[in-house]
Amino acid sequence: MSERPIKVLIAKPGLDGHDRGAKVLARGLRDEGFEVVYTGLRQTPEMVVSAALQEDVDVVGLSILSGAHMTLLPRIVEGLRAEGLDDVLVTAGGIIPDDDIPALTDAGVSRIFGPGTTIRQVADYIRENVQPRSEG
Amino acid sequence: MTEAAHGGPTEGGHDAAAVDRGRDLAERTRAGERRALARLLTEVENRSRTAEAALRILYPLAGQAHLIGVTGAPGAGKSTLVAALVGEARKGSRAVAVLAIDPSSPITGGAILGDRVRMQAYAGDSDVFIRSMASRGHVGGLATSTVAAAAVLDAAGFPLVFIETVGTGQSEVEVAAIADTTLVVQAPEMGDEVQAIKAGLLEVADIVVVNKADRPGADRAASHLRSMLTVGAQHDRAMGDRPRPKRPEVLLASGASGQGVPEVLASLDRREAKRRAAGTSGEADGARLARAEAQVWGILAERLRGRVREPARAAETKVVLRAVADHELDPYAAADRLLAALTDR
Repeated sequence: MSERPIKVLIAKPGLDGHDRGAKVLARGLRDEGFEVVYTGLRQTPEMVVSAALQEDVDVVGLSILSGAHMTLLPRIVEGLRAEGLDDVLVTAGGIIPDDDIPALTDAGVSRIFGPGTTIRQVADYIRENVQPRSEG
Repeated sequence: MTEAAHGGPTEGGHDAAAVDRGRDLAERTRAGERRALARLLTEVENRSRTAEAALRILYPLAGQAHLIGVTGAPGAGKSTLVAALVGEARKGSRAVAVLAIDPSSPITGGAILGDRVRMQAYAGDSDVFIRSMASRGHVGGLATSTVAAAAVLDAAGFPLVFIETVGTGQSEVEVAAIADTTLVVQAPEMGDEVQAIKAGLLEVADIVVVNKADRPGADRAASHLRSMLTVGAQHDRAMGDRPRPKRPEVLLASGASGQGVPEVLASLDRREAKRRAAGTSGEADGARLARAEAQVWGILAERLRGRVREPARAAETKVVLRAVADHELDPYAAADRLLAALTDR
């Protein structure tokens, strides 16, 4: 019914200090017409879950370069589920080895975007996979 | 602003499912369920039937909170100061909600909502609720749904609700019309005495905070502001009952270090206590009336537009619009004709 812009949370869990990629993505998704909540660096899983809940986002996009993805990403997905946010699409990007992808997918991350992914690809994926929400 | 882009306003509560959902969200919000509150705020932003059903229940329960508008230029430190004020309020165990508005792109409708970056310390504290809102085409520093969203947070039981506007220029004074207390945040290097006597933002401030008080020049900026904003006290008296600008208190603070923040909260509390004591006779009561007016007028305009666009009238409306486009009818006469068609019968 109503054409609400898709709302995305872009967060960087973990301790690495490189958020250029996350900012470029946030900006790109803005240009794709999304409302992007940007929370910045060094997010704990609790911060990500709390922001996703309060902001009622459709998508959580996690950028992670530190190598801690096998710990942090499942914890975030678990936290979201525990709060009843089962319909939130969780995606991740950054430096994540191919070998780790199946385990992360099993944990509930719906898609991992590797280096070289274009913003358009991310936007299209989100549009195709986001759960329809408000029914007026 | 295009109403159609949002699916438009709704009339009455015809849709039973939406009404049930609204009632459910309202009840769960009142019970303190944060997930329901978040969902309801989304409905409010979308101006849905669900939101209307919920607001019909919640509005009579609101009116308890102190609504504090926080405005100022981009980069003045609004978010950092609000975060510090939230921390200060939490020391007294008061629950706090923040509505932070950032601009939507006029071109794509997209937005970067970045105010949470400065407000991260409260994850896991269920008595702090922070919500970002995109302005969605509304100008003036707020979003169309900000007043309704504040009412929801009020009814949810937050005694303090901060409404942080988009970074404003000199004249986005809308927040002053909907907040009980308006706090204008300035950075020390924001200008000279002439800036302080220009019309606009500073006229509607109850409190001006010179933020970043640790920076050089902050003291001087504050004393400039004080001297310029307090000149004319004598003239004030001569103006009697005519509308006149406020005489704000000027405070120095640093949102980043916390310096002066307790004093800002204390000043906010003093004003609120005074407002409550004064009841409907007080000056601040005007803000409540203005808020009521803004809401009712907004809804009235939406409903009128909705009625004019009803399918049964579409043909007639189209003829009238065509006539205006062809300069056969002036737009005033057109509006009168559409209005008359609504009220006949």
